[in-house]
Order: sequence, then structure tokens, then C-alpha cells
Amino acid sequence: MTVEVRHETAAPAVGMSLASRTLIRVAVVTIAVLWSLPTAGLLISSFRTPNDIATSGWWTVLRHPFETTWTLANYQEVLAANGMFDAFMNSLIVTIPATVIPITLAAFAAYAFAWMEFPGRRLLFALVVGLLVVPLQMTLVPLLQAYNDLGLTGTFLGIWLAHTGFGLPLAIYLLYNFIAQLPRDILESAAIDGASHFTAFTRLVIPLSLPALAAFAIFQFLWVWNDLLVALIFLGTDSQVAVLTARLNELVGSRGQDWYLLTAGAFVTMVVPLVVFLSLQRFFVRGLLSGSVKG
Amino acid sequence: MATTSRPATAIRGLFGAALGLAATVAILWAGLGMLRDEDGPERLVLGFYTLVGASGPAEAIRTYGLHPMAAKTVTAVVAIVVGVGGVWALFTAANLLTDRLGPRFERLVRPWVFTGPALALVAFYLLFPTLRTILISATEDGGLVANYAFVFTDRDMLIALRNNALWLIFGTSGSVLIGLAFATLVDRVRREALAKTFIFLPLSISMVGAAVIWRFVYYWRPPGEEQIGLLNGLLSALGYEPVAFFQSVPLNTFALIVIMVWLQTGFAMVVLSAAIKAVPQTMLEAARIDGAGELQIFRSVIIPSIRGSLITVGTTIFIAILKVFDIVFVTTGGKFQTDVVANRMFKEMIRFRNDGRASALAVILLVAVIPIMVVNVRNLRRQGVGS
Repeated sequence: MTVEVRHETAAPAVGMSLASRTLIRVAVVTIAVLWSLPTAGLLISSFRTPNDIATSGWWTVLRHPFETTWTLANYQEVLAANGMFDAFMNSLIVTIPATVIPITLAAFAAYAFAWMEFPGRRLLFALVVGLLVVPLQMTLVPLLQAYNDLGLTGTFLGIWLAHTGFGLPLAIYLLYNFIAQLPRDILESAAIDGASHFTAFTRLVIPLSLPALAAFAIFQFLWVWNDLLVALIFLGTDSQVAVLTARLNELVGSRGQDWYLLTAGAFVTMVVPLVVFLSLQRFFVRGLLSGSVKG
Repeated sequence: MATTSRPATAIRGLFGAALGLAATVAILWAGLGMLRDEDGPERLVLGFYTLVGASGPAEAIRTYGLHPMAAKTVTAVVAIVVGVGGVWALFTAANLLTDRLGPRFERLVRPWVFTGPALALVAFYLLFPTLRTILISATEDGGLVANYAFVFTDRDMLIALRNNALWLIFGTSGSVLIGLAFATLVDRVRREALAKTFIFLPLSISMVGAAVIWRFVYYWRPPGEEQIGLLNGLLSALGYEPVAFFQSVPLNTFALIVIMVWLQTGFAMVVLSAAIKAVPQTMLEAARIDGAGELQIFRSVIIPSIRGSLITVGTTIFIAILKVFDIVFVTTGGKFQTDVVANRMFKEMIRFRNDGRASALAVILLVAVIPIMVVNVRNLRRQGVGS
């Protein structure tokens, strides 16, 4: 399941000269700097005054960082006047349930597929996993028609269920791989002690599967938070429900030259994923590796 | 558990559990109704204050209304409680009901209580729509022949198809090659984890966010004006004319592909780095003893050992790029010959309401994904995953 990762610092540089080691170090630093510059420019600019941003490149502040006027006014304006606060709350409203619901449904289903006997078990599991192939685009036209008929367009329930439906095949696949490998004797002794499947599931399987649940939770959280397509189609751009990505996209359309708003706005959309990502990086990497490679 | 021998108690238990399930559904329905109601948060807070007898704040809300930010926060709390609590409440209630069905029915019903909700949603959101889309592509907007003929003959469509090919070729190879190079190099420096974080970080950024970040990097102003975009600032510092990156064909498509490479390289790097570290140390040492140089080791020991991971990474990124939408949508909107299939599909569906054409475009994407998934599954089988 998981890859054995050797954590040796600086793999043996046997046979490498000082020159080639320096060259490697320079290459690594160069790529790392190149990769960070675009985000750094955005972050620095978001704290500069509108006039400064419009009249000089952000890199000029690096020469005299203490003579620059730093300000939080861009954030105040974009949060209050441009609806980013509401959009931020809407993103939370959409993302948290749209993460918990599919994990819950997938964990119950994965447990049943792994540990219960019922007709059609193998066929249904193969069908669910097979649907991993389907690109999202393949479902949009009929689903939007159905949503309009059912009055689900523009509702939070509608988008929770949509993200749940789209996320389920991967969730069931990943959780099945984990739950099916739990030790049989633990679950059997629970059954002998009179625990029903439901008790065994909530008291044993959920706690034991926490690493897999956490890994998928981070995936799904980032996916939903960062999604634009599903949000645009099923939720729309009405300020009551619009999420951050949709709001930021509108800001690009209406205030495309006002970089003091765009930089601050973009950072507002990024801050939660960055925090989640940096604090839970270990689970995320484990999820990436267990989901896609075998060591 | 219904261990009692008296049927009356069992039936009462069954009835109670059914009532519990019905009550759960009713409460959730009321909560969802509140989310749709604009005055919902205000009435909820007002009701709460009245209930605890705080007449002062209640009066204030009646006169001035609830602060919009407070109202939004109340909505968020209710929504999260309803959404997260709701799914658990429903499962618990359904299982309590199942407990009371008696051992024979319980065994029959329980698997469907566990799998039913997931299967129903997968059927509603993936299985049926997929079949419907194929049908729609063959029946609406002039039918099968007209829709697919449009996809493969319309001038703008041909540009979109060509662009998708460019994206797939350069986006995939760019991400995988830079990821591989960085994974190989970073294995030999100190503070490896720190260096990796810089490459990895964009993975958490949305494509919309990335589009804004790079729109700023590529930002163009007419010659003579102060350039505030990083690249044009650099070009003017070097004495060149500024370049309008999003308007110049065919440069603009490549400028957009760079954004995707910037986002995806971290994924390639992490997976490949783990694979490189899993190459047995003894194999590397044996090659060194045989007098192989570092480049030779890379080519004939490391690359063959990580072949499986390379295929996985390549196919995953390939599929992500095939469906690329947000980057184009936010930056150029598909203008200046930068359109791609997924963006074109969105336009046909939302703006032009050509459901038949949009469906035909979706089918094209599905058909393109299938061979890639076959390669991926075969590769995973060979590595022994999912068997």
C-alpha cells in the first residue's frame, strides 16, 4: 500500500566532485526560486498600495523594503466591498459537507464491499470503480437538465450531492483497498462479542482507517475548494451562494486591471488550502503515493 | 438488538425506530429549508434570544436587522451542522431501524443500508448521465451526424482540438520531465524536504488562483509605459519590447501550458522522488563498482526501476490536462485561438444552449480517456495493486 521511503539526508555523493555537487545545488535552488516567484509577486503586491502596484513592479520593493508603505486596505476592500467574505463563507459551507458526506458514504460502502456477503457484490464494486474512467464533462448536460427540473440548481444541497457523486468512485476505491486489508480476526472477534456490523464499523473500522480517511479527506477538500467548473454550473454566481473561485473569476472579468484587488482576492482564495496543505502535508503525500503507486 | 420474545415489544421498537428515521429526515428538511430562506438566519437568532429571554438583543435585531456578516456566519454553521450531522444521523437512524427488523431480515437488508446511498448517488450522478449524454449527442441539435461533423470540421473546433493536442504533448512531458529532473537532483542535496515544498506548494492552489497569479506574471502594457508584470519587466530591463503574451498566436497557448506545468510538476516530483528512493541501494552500488557514471546509472538503473511510477504519473497528468478548463476560461476565455475542448464544451452548454454539440464534445473526452485508463490499469495490475 504505502511506499517505503528512505529518509537519509543527502544520499551518498560517492564519486561526485565538489564542482558537480555545487552545480546540482545551484540547479535545485534555481528551480525552487523560479517556482516560488509568481506566488511571491502576488503575495507582496497584495500588501502594497493601489498606486504603488500600478506604477512600479513588485520586485522594486526588494531593493528598499523598509521605505515601502505596507497596507491591509486591499484585503479590507476585497472582503467587504467585493463580497469575498460571503464567498469565503460559501466556500466553507460547500466544502466541509462535500468532504464529509462522500467519505462517510464511501466508508460504509467500502466496508460492505469488503466484509459483507450480498448478491451482486463483486459486480457492483467493479461497476463503481469502472466509473473512475468517466470525465466529469460526460455528466454535465443531463445533470443540469435534471437539476433545473428538480429545483436543485443554486442550492447547497445540490452541490454537496454533486461533489459527493463525483468523488465517490475514487473514495470507495481507496477506502476499499485499506478496509479490506484490516485484520480479519479483529472484526471476527467483535462479531463473536455480539457487535453488529454498525457497531463494528463505527467503533473499529473508522478509528483503524483514520490514515486512509485523512488522506482522502485532504484530496477531496482541496478538490472541492479549488473547483470552478462544478460550482459555476450547479451553484452559479449569485452572491448568496457563489464560492471563492467563482467570485475571483468574476473579479477578473469586472476589475481585470485593478491588481490591488486581484492580488488580495487571489490570496483570500488560497489561504485555506495552503494552511491545510502545509499542516497536513504528510497525510497528503501518503495519500498520493498509496493512490497511485505501489512500492 | 431485538432479542425479546414478545412480538409486541419488537413491533413497538420497530415503530419507534421508523419514527426516529422519519423525524431525522424532517429535521434535515427544515434545516435545508432555512438555508434557502434569506431571512432564515435572522429568525433563528431572534428565536434563540427570545427563548433564553434576552429581550435587549432581540429588540436590537428587530429594529436594525442582523449584521450581514453575522447572518452569513449563522448560515454557515447551520449548513455545516445539517450537511455533516445529517449524513451521520441518517445512517445511524437507518441502522437502528435495521437492528429491529429481526435477525433474518437484518442480514438481508443491512448490506443495502451500507451501500445503498453510495450506489444511488453514483448511479444518479455518473452512470445514468453518461448514458444520457451519449444519447443526447446522437439526438439533439440535428442529431448524430451533424453534431460529430461539427466537432471535426468547424474551424474553431479544429483549433481547439489542435490546442488540446499541444497541451497534452507539452504539458504532460513538461511536468513529468521537470518533476523527474528535480526529484533526481534533490535526492543529492541537504534540506531536501524544504526544497521540495517550493515545487509542491502550487499543487494546493486552484487553477483559478494560478490563472490570476500568472496573469500578473504575463501582464502587458504598451511599450513606453512602466511594466508591472514580471516577464515584461524583465524584457524591458533587458531592452526588449514588451510581449502581449495572451494575444500573440501561437505563443499564448504555450504561455497557458506553462501554468499547468507549474501546477502539476509537484505531483510528478513527489511520486517519482518516492520511487527513486525505493530503488535498492545495493543495485546502485553494484553499478558504481562496475564503473558506471552517474548519467549511465540514471539511464540504465533508475529509469527502468521507476518505469511503473513514470507511467502512473504520466497518465494521471495526461487525464488532468485533457479536461483542462479553468486556466483557459479565466485567462483568455478561449479567445485569440487558445480554446480547448472542455472550455468549448462549457460555452456550447451554458452560453449557446447546444446540448447536442456539448454532449458530442464530452463523448470525445471520454473516448480519449479510455485508452489511457487501460494503460494505467494494466500498469497497476503489473505492480500488483488493486487485485
